[in-house]
Amino acid sequence: MKYIKFLLVGVLLGIVLVKSEAVSWYRIYEMFRFQSFQMYGIIGTAVLTGLLFYVISKKGGIKNGQNEPVVFPKKDKGFTRYMIGGTIFGLGWALIGACPGPMYVLLGAGVYSMIIVIIAALIGTFMYGVLKDKLPH
Amino acid sequence: MDFILNPWPWYMAGPLMALVMILLVYFGKTFGMSSNLRTMCTMLGAGKFSDFFKIDWKAQSWNLMVVAGAIIGGYIAVNFLSNDTTMALNPKTISELNALGFRNPGSTLVPNEFFEFESMSAKSLIILIIGGLLVGFGTRYAGGCTSGHAITGLSSLQKPSLIAVIGFFIGGLIMTNILLPLIF
Repeated sequence: MKYIKFLLVGVLLGIVLVKSEAVSWYRIYEMFRFQSFQMYGIIGTAVLTGLLFYVISKKGGIKNGQNEPVVFPKKDKGFTRYMIGGTIFGLGWALIGACPGPMYVLLGAGVYSMIIVIIAALIGTFMYGVLKDKLPH
Repeated sequence: MDFILNPWPWYMAGPLMALVMILLVYFGKTFGMSSNLRTMCTMLGAGKFSDFFKIDWKAQSWNLMVVAGAIIGGYIAVNFLSNDTTMALNPKTISELNALGFRNPGSTLVPNEFFEFESMSAKSLIILIIGGLLVGFGTRYAGGCTSGHAITGLSSLQKPSLIAVIGFFIGGLIMTNILLPLIF
């Protein structure tokens, strides 16, 4: 039962991603051709709303379900891994028009070929895990 | 009901995306969809090959529930919350895609040219595999994807996430503007 809330959050995510067309290969193409505001609007207003929540939570104004101040996980410092890893990710994102969230959402939306993408993404993640210590970070 | 059945505008979708993140943070977790790929690798036994996968996957099972929900949400949205509107793509986008050989851009959620499962060509299969490999490798290398870096990381003013998002755009711009015209 304690997992049901996470399932429901996932349902909300899936619905929003489809209804805003953010799962669409066409929208990703438009974004990287600067021919539509849709994706910029979605990401921009999501970040602004999130930022508002962050600022309020920073002031200790928001407690989580366990009555403790909410925390945003901190990313490790660095440059190389974020720049190179990010660029590799971007190449894939623009090629197939789907990042990890939409991959699953599209599967539910009936785009069954996403199972190939998900398996390939699992192999990609596995390759990173194996090569991790040889890569610059 | 039309406002639900029609495509949702960005100013409605963006804050709802933030709500997903806010709920997960409120529950003491975080919004990161690519972490699931690592968790699934661990479940499939990847820990035998790299310490990177020696994690307690059961502690991540909440995130697998988010994945299950996302799949259900995708099903609900397409089958119960949609009408037959064609995507309102930029006419310039449509003519560009027509020139690249795409038929009826926007009439389906994704181009049937390379996503149709039943009649998949070898070329489409290779595109999907390479795309998946790049996403899976890149996201773990960068320590996050659109949800973890672009939404959660930028919302909490983290510099690593800004660098990662700049990387996402460099890669995306190269693919869409330089490589895609060569591929199609």
